[in-house]
Amino acid sequence: MLPTSKVVSPPSDDKRWKIVDGLMRRHGHEPCALIEVLHKVQETFGFLTEESLSYVAASLRVPYSKVFGVATFYHFFTMKPPGKHTCVVCTGTACYIKGAPTLLNAVQEVAGIKQGETTKDGNLSLLTARCLGSCGLAPAAVFDGQVSGKMTTEKVKERIHMYLDSEAMAMEARK
Amino acid sequence: MNQDDLANIAVQTKQNDSRYDHVIKVCVAAGCLSANSEQVKTQLESEVKQRGLEGCCKVKGVGCMGLCAAGPLVANEGNEKMFQSVTPADAAAIIDDVVDHKPAPSAIVMDSNLDFFKRQKKIVLENSGEIDPERIEDYIAADGYEALFHVITMLNPAEVIEQITKSGLRGRGGAGFPTGLKWITVAKASGNRKYVICNADEGDPGAFMDRSVLESDPHRVLEGMAIAGYAVGAEKGFIYCRAEYPLAVKRLRVAIREAENIGLLGLNIGDTHFDFKVEVRLGAGAFVCGEETALIASIEGGRGTPRPRPPFPAQQGLWGDPTLINNVETFANIPPIIRRGGEWFASIGTEKSKGTKVFALAGRVKNTGLIEVPMGVTLREIIFKLGGGIPDGRRFKAVQSGGPSGGCVPEQYLDIPVDYDSLASVGSIMGSGGMIVMDDTSCMVDVARFFMDFCMSESCGKCVPCRVGTTQMHNILDRITKGKAGPKDLELLQRLTGMVKAASLCGLGQTAPNPTLTTLRYFMDEYRAHIEEGRCPAGVCHPAKAEAEVSA
Repeated sequence: MLPTSKVVSPPSDDKRWKIVDGLMRRHGHEPCALIEVLHKVQETFGFLTEESLSYVAASLRVPYSKVFGVATFYHFFTMKPPGKHTCVVCTGTACYIKGAPTLLNAVQEVAGIKQGETTKDGNLSLLTARCLGSCGLAPAAVFDGQVSGKMTTEKVKERIHMYLDSEAMAMEARK
Repeated sequence: MNQDDLANIAVQTKQNDSRYDHVIKVCVAAGCLSANSEQVKTQLESEVKQRGLEGCCKVKGVGCMGLCAAGPLVANEGNEKMFQSVTPADAAAIIDDVVDHKPAPSAIVMDSNLDFFKRQKKIVLENSGEIDPERIEDYIAADGYEALFHVITMLNPAEVIEQITKSGLRGRGGAGFPTGLKWITVAKASGNRKYVICNADEGDPGAFMDRSVLESDPHRVLEGMAIAGYAVGAEKGFIYCRAEYPLAVKRLRVAIREAENIGLLGLNIGDTHFDFKVEVRLGAGAFVCGEETALIASIEGGRGTPRPRPPFPAQQGLWGDPTLINNVETFANIPPIIRRGGEWFASIGTEKSKGTKVFALAGRVKNTGLIEVPMGVTLREIIFKLGGGIPDGRRFKAVQSGGPSGGCVPEQYLDIPVDYDSLASVGSIMGSGGMIVMDDTSCMVDVARFFMDFCMSESCGKCVPCRVGTTQMHNILDRITKGKAGPKDLELLQRLTGMVKAASLCGLGQTAPNPTLTTLRYFMDEYRAHIEEGRCPAGVCHPAKAEAEVSA
C-alpha cells in the first residue's frame, strides 16, 4: 500500500536534510524525481542508508520496495559509507588495453583491499569505473575526485602510500 | 528577444573581441583539465596582467581541441601556433611567442600542420576549441541560435523535417536510423503532449564524443533540441546525461540558465508562440539506459529496464506520450543543417551515410583524442594518418568500434570506408564513435572476455537469454583464457552467440555477442592456441600455467 500523504519528517535533525527537502519541493514531490533525489542524498551524505531510503519513499509517495530497487539497480548509488579518501581506477576499454588491470592489482596489493572495499581504518576506498571518458589519457584514475591521466603503477602506488601513511602518521600523533 | 536582438549580441561580442590583438585559447574540457589546464589558464592570466597586456591580449577558456594525448593544449586565435603539454611554468614563454614572436621552447611547440588537424572536417566540432562554452554570447557570435530563429519565424514544422530528411542524416547513437523518418513519425503521432529527449548516456567504454560536445559547445545541442521540439510539436525536452560527466552536466545547466535568461529557451521564444523548456536528468551508472525504452524508464524514476517494442517511443514514450529520442551528436548536427540546407549536408560523405562522424580515438595509437572526419574515409587513414600509427614500433592487430556492441576489425579490412553499412558488413557497427586501436600486446580472447564481462554485469536481468547467456559466454571465455577449456567449448560458445543475439529483448543482449563473434571469425588461431597449445600468443593470459595447476 502507498504511504498516505501525511507530513513526514526527516530521519534525523541533521540540517543537511534541508538540502534534500528543498530539491524534493522543487520537483513538487513527484515520484519521477526519485533518481534525482537519491543523487542529492548521496551527494549530501556520501552514501544511502535504509533510513534515508524510507524517508525518500514516504516523501515522494513511492513504495519502499521500488526505492530500494532503484537504489540497488544503479551502480552509481552505494549503501556503504565511503572511506576518507577514494581511489577509482578506470577499467574502460582504452584503459584496459593500456594496462588498467596492472594498476588495479598494484593498488589492491599496496592497500590490501579488493575493488569495492574500504580499508579497516576507513581511510581508503577502492572503486572501479566503467569509463570516465578520459580515454585520450588512458590509463586514468580518480583520486579524491581529481582525474589523473597517463598513470603508471609507480605513480598509483605513490598516491596510495601517501593516503595510507598520512593516516598512520595521524594515528601516531594521536598516541 | 527577437532576431535583431540576437544579431546585436553577435555584433557586440565580435566587436568586443576585435579589440584584442591576441587571443590565447586554453583547453578547459575534462581531458586537459585533468592535466592541470586550469592552473595554466590562471598563470597565463596573471602573466598578461603583470605585463600590462590586458588591453590587447585575452586569455580564454575553450572547449576540446581534440588532441587529448598532448594536453594541456594552448593555441592562438587562428590556431597557427599551438602548444602542447603545457605547464603553468610555460606561461611566460607562450606569451613571449604569441605577443612578441620570440619562439617558445620546442618541447611545448606543436606542429599545427599535423595530419591529425589537417585531415579533419568539422561540422559538429566547428566551435569546439574556439568558443568559451560557458558564454552564450560566444555561441551567438558563431551564428548560434540563428537556425532556431529561422525555423520558428520562417518555416513550418513540415519544412523543417523536409530539410532534415533531405540531409540524409542518420542517428549518431549507433544504429543509424534515418533522423528525418523518426521526426516524421513523432510529428504525425497523435497526442496532446510530446517530448524530446537527448540521449547523453554515453555508456560505451572508450567513447567520449558526447562528453566533449557537451563540455565544449552545449548550446549547439540545446538549439538542435529546440528545433526538433518545434518540428515534432513538443514543448518539453530532457537531456539524460551520465552522472560520471560532472563537468558536462555543469556546463549544460549553465547553458540552459543563460538561454532561459535571454529568452532563447522557455516561453514565447523569439516573440513567437513557441515554448520549449529543457531539463537535465542524471543517469546513475547503468549502461542499459542507453537503450531508449530503458532510458525512458529511468527518466520516469524507475529501474532502467527496457520493454518490448513496438510500441516505439515515437508513438508511446515518456509517460506514454509520443517521444523523440536522438543522440547528442545527432542534435548537434541539426543547427548547421538548417543554416546551410539539407543539400549541403547530403553532399558530404558516402551514398548512404551522409555528413561527418566524430570518433574518439584511443588505445594503442599515437594521437589519442577526438576527431571528426567525413563518412567514407578509410580505417587506415584514421588510424595511420590522423592517429599517427602505432607507437613503440609495435604492430597493428585490430581496431574495435562500437564498444561492447561492436566488433574487432582486423588488418585485412583496414581499407574499407567508415560508414554504417561497410562496418556492419565486417561484423562490427559504427556505434556511437568509440574507436580503440589494439596492437600485438592485446590478446583477442582476453578482449572478448573483457567485453563479455562488461555485458554480463550491465545486463539488467529482465530477459533470460541476455542475463544467463552473457554469464555462460563469459564463463566459457574465462575458461579459455585460463587454459581450462576443451574443443567442445568453442562449439558451445558459437551456439550461444547465435542464441543470445536472436532471443534477447533489447539491443544490449542482441549485440553483446559481437566482440566474441568477430574475434572468433578473425582470430580463431588465438582461440586455438589457448585451447590446443595452452599458449597465449600475446602473452596476456597464462593458460599453460593454469593447466599445470589443474593437472597437479
